[in-house]
Amino acid sequence: MIRRITENAAVSLNLGETPWPPKFPGGLEYSSPARGTWNIVHVGMLLPEAHLIFVCAEACLRGVVLTAAEMGAMDRFSMINIHENDITSGGMETLIIDGVGDILSRLEKKPRAVLLYTSCVHHFIGCDLPLVYKTLRENHPEVDIINCYMNPIMRKSGLTPDQLMRKQLYAGLKAAEHDPKKLIFVGNDFPTPEGELRELIGFAGFSVSEIQDFSDYDGYLSMGKAPAAIIFNEAAKPAGNELKRRLGIETIYLPYSWDYAEIRAGYEKLAGYLGVHVPDYSSLEAECEAAAARALRLIGDTPVAIDYTLTYKPVGLAYFLASRGFNVKRIYGDGYSKEEQASYEKLSEIRPDIELWPTVNVMMRKTDRAETDYLALGQKAAYFLGTDRFVNIVENDGLYGFGGIIRLMALMEDAYKTPKDTKKLVQIKGWGCGGCL
Amino acid sequence: MPVKPVKQTYVNTSLYAADAMGVCSALYELDGMSVMHDASGCNSTYTTHDEPRWYDFDSLVFITAMTEHEALMGDDEKTVRDISEAARQLNPRFIALAGTTIPAMCGIDIPALARLIEAETGIPSFGLPTDGMHSYLRGAALAFDAIASRFVKETEKTAALSVNILGLTPLDFSYIGIEESIKAAVKAADIEIISSWAMGSSPEDIEKSASARVNLVVSETGLEAAKTLEKRFGIPYVIGTLISGFTTDIIEAIKTADADKRNINPAEIFIGRDAASVAVIGEYVFASSLCAALSKRGISAYPVCPLESRLKAKPSDSVSDEHAISEELKNAGTVIADPLYAPIAKGKKFIALPHEAYSGRIFRESIPDLTESIEKILKELI
Repeated sequence: MIRRITENAAVSLNLGETPWPPKFPGGLEYSSPARGTWNIVHVGMLLPEAHLIFVCAEACLRGVVLTAAEMGAMDRFSMINIHENDITSGGMETLIIDGVGDILSRLEKKPRAVLLYTSCVHHFIGCDLPLVYKTLRENHPEVDIINCYMNPIMRKSGLTPDQLMRKQLYAGLKAAEHDPKKLIFVGNDFPTPEGELRELIGFAGFSVSEIQDFSDYDGYLSMGKAPAAIIFNEAAKPAGNELKRRLGIETIYLPYSWDYAEIRAGYEKLAGYLGVHVPDYSSLEAECEAAAARALRLIGDTPVAIDYTLTYKPVGLAYFLASRGFNVKRIYGDGYSKEEQASYEKLSEIRPDIELWPTVNVMMRKTDRAETDYLALGQKAAYFLGTDRFVNIVENDGLYGFGGIIRLMALMEDAYKTPKDTKKLVQIKGWGCGGCL
Repeated sequence: MPVKPVKQTYVNTSLYAADAMGVCSALYELDGMSVMHDASGCNSTYTTHDEPRWYDFDSLVFITAMTEHEALMGDDEKTVRDISEAARQLNPRFIALAGTTIPAMCGIDIPALARLIEAETGIPSFGLPTDGMHSYLRGAALAFDAIASRFVKETEKTAALSVNILGLTPLDFSYIGIEESIKAAVKAADIEIISSWAMGSSPEDIEKSASARVNLVVSETGLEAAKTLEKRFGIPYVIGTLISGFTTDIIEAIKTADADKRNINPAEIFIGRDAASVAVIGEYVFASSLCAALSKRGISAYPVCPLESRLKAKPSDSVSDEHAISEELKNAGTVIADPLYAPIAKGKKFIALPHEAYSGRIFRESIPDLTESIEKILKELI
């Protein structure tokens, strides 16, 4: 049976009339079927030779165990299921210590590391987690026990679950003699593609690695030899701070950006560290302009919508496109990074008519999903609009710098020309990290 | 150092959908609004793994998005306000509020919140004391029972034999047409279907459930509602899933239940646990019905139900974790179960029988319609 609620929702804000930062009313929250963004299981699985153990109630475990199952990674995933009496009895510490011991004894191959995820419950009952970790490390000295968290109730208190996960992913790195010619990329879900960034690093005689390069734990540990980490993703800044505090690894923050000046500024900063002159990127800028012009010739005045799952900087991307003549009409997102403020203000000047739409507001359940003429940049936009022409990438997908802009323009052309099976694609969890669906 | 086996560990198997999700699944098609009182996560878990209707069949299911501050300071007014505001915008027929772990731990009185919401909105509301630490069976049973207690109206019984089908949710039967096969099998026996709880029936159908002469409980999620309808309207119930080869027994049991005004569980007599070498892991009504169908084809089988069933015959049937399930499977030569159980059935013949409440959507396309036929399983067994 197919049935839809057909009343039109009216929960959008008009960009020109909405001062920074735009805010939607709070309240109950809705979860759309577009599921391609990564969660803490997908990110944790990036750690080679690690085993993930979650200690939570059944309702919380269900989502993470089926994430692992859909990834085909059940051999790297285990659980300790909390019952009511564990909360009231005061035996939580023992349950975790004995539970982890039981799980490790039953694995066919002992992992090099365990990512041990505790949850909201542990925070609230005052579980002595330092004791738990200390005991586990004493009991299992051959395994790196890394504390991780699934405590969404804390999402507005301190670091978000996303920031915490990106930080703890590198908690296994140990102090090592720094190799001055080595760099690491930190905090990205997707591998960093070849392009002008890697060329600059190579030109300066440096090597660079990232977690996705390694299939073994020793390889991962070798990242500790780098004296500096390049971070693109704002959510990975706490990871950088922690690497600096623990291991003296400097952060070179080159923010994801759709703005030439900001990209160039990033490369100038990096070149300064590398001790080389920054190359002249004017030809690459020209290539970006040519790619954008080519895409615009094809796409014309087709309405375009962008959502926050495609890029960490949807407003910046909207400005890039709108300022080159694309008919950007909507941006979907529930909150925006402070780094977007300048783009927001510039966009407001040239396209005050752009609509800002939330994704979790309850009225989004009532969108009619019939705006099929749109070209959507991102899964959530594609779902809400009901369009089959969309760019199907998540979490910026390695789109960095000038090369990233050129690639996105090509993806837009392809999306415009080749309709996709929206229903099938957007429901796949953790797009791009493998899976059996 | 010596290792203690810990009952609550799962090395590489899955877990069943949780109670709050069972609530939402049970009520999904009844034009209400289900709200899980939760921080974040329950909603996306439910809509991704536990609700195959989510993409195409709009229903109002939300979370309260509770924060640490609200949990610590007990800001119940915000919960009432947010739910009331959403209800005013969306105008649901009823509001169901389901608890999860943190509200349970903080001692939030979910039924009391529902009363406040009803007073605020004038919309019938009920709170269900789920806590995220039980299976969907409990949540769906609580939800169906709330419907049976509050929304079913006194109605004259039909003259001809008729039933309500209770416990029909995609968690046990997926969303691939099995519910239609079940209904077709009932109708083929000239038995009228008043309502099915709750796939393919309107809220008006459900309200008229008291006109049925018998309730057919096809999964344990419908058992509590059956008991309530028996108490309120004197309707006897039959427990069993219509599985090919066992269908006639259920139809006969419905007729007997109507004639004798007594409850019947026709699968019970077929379960020869001691001599059986085939174990069927799953929800108890379904698993025991499949055992009965196999028994009628000369294969002795026994159910292993890792859920908190009230129908289990012996305390030893009470299994939940991997250690206990492995113990239950010790003497089995063959295991019929969801594919994600395969790791604990090593060395045994394993026949995959996907169960949406366990593995979610992963194997949905290979879920067989056993109401139509069990020949594929028989072939694999032989």
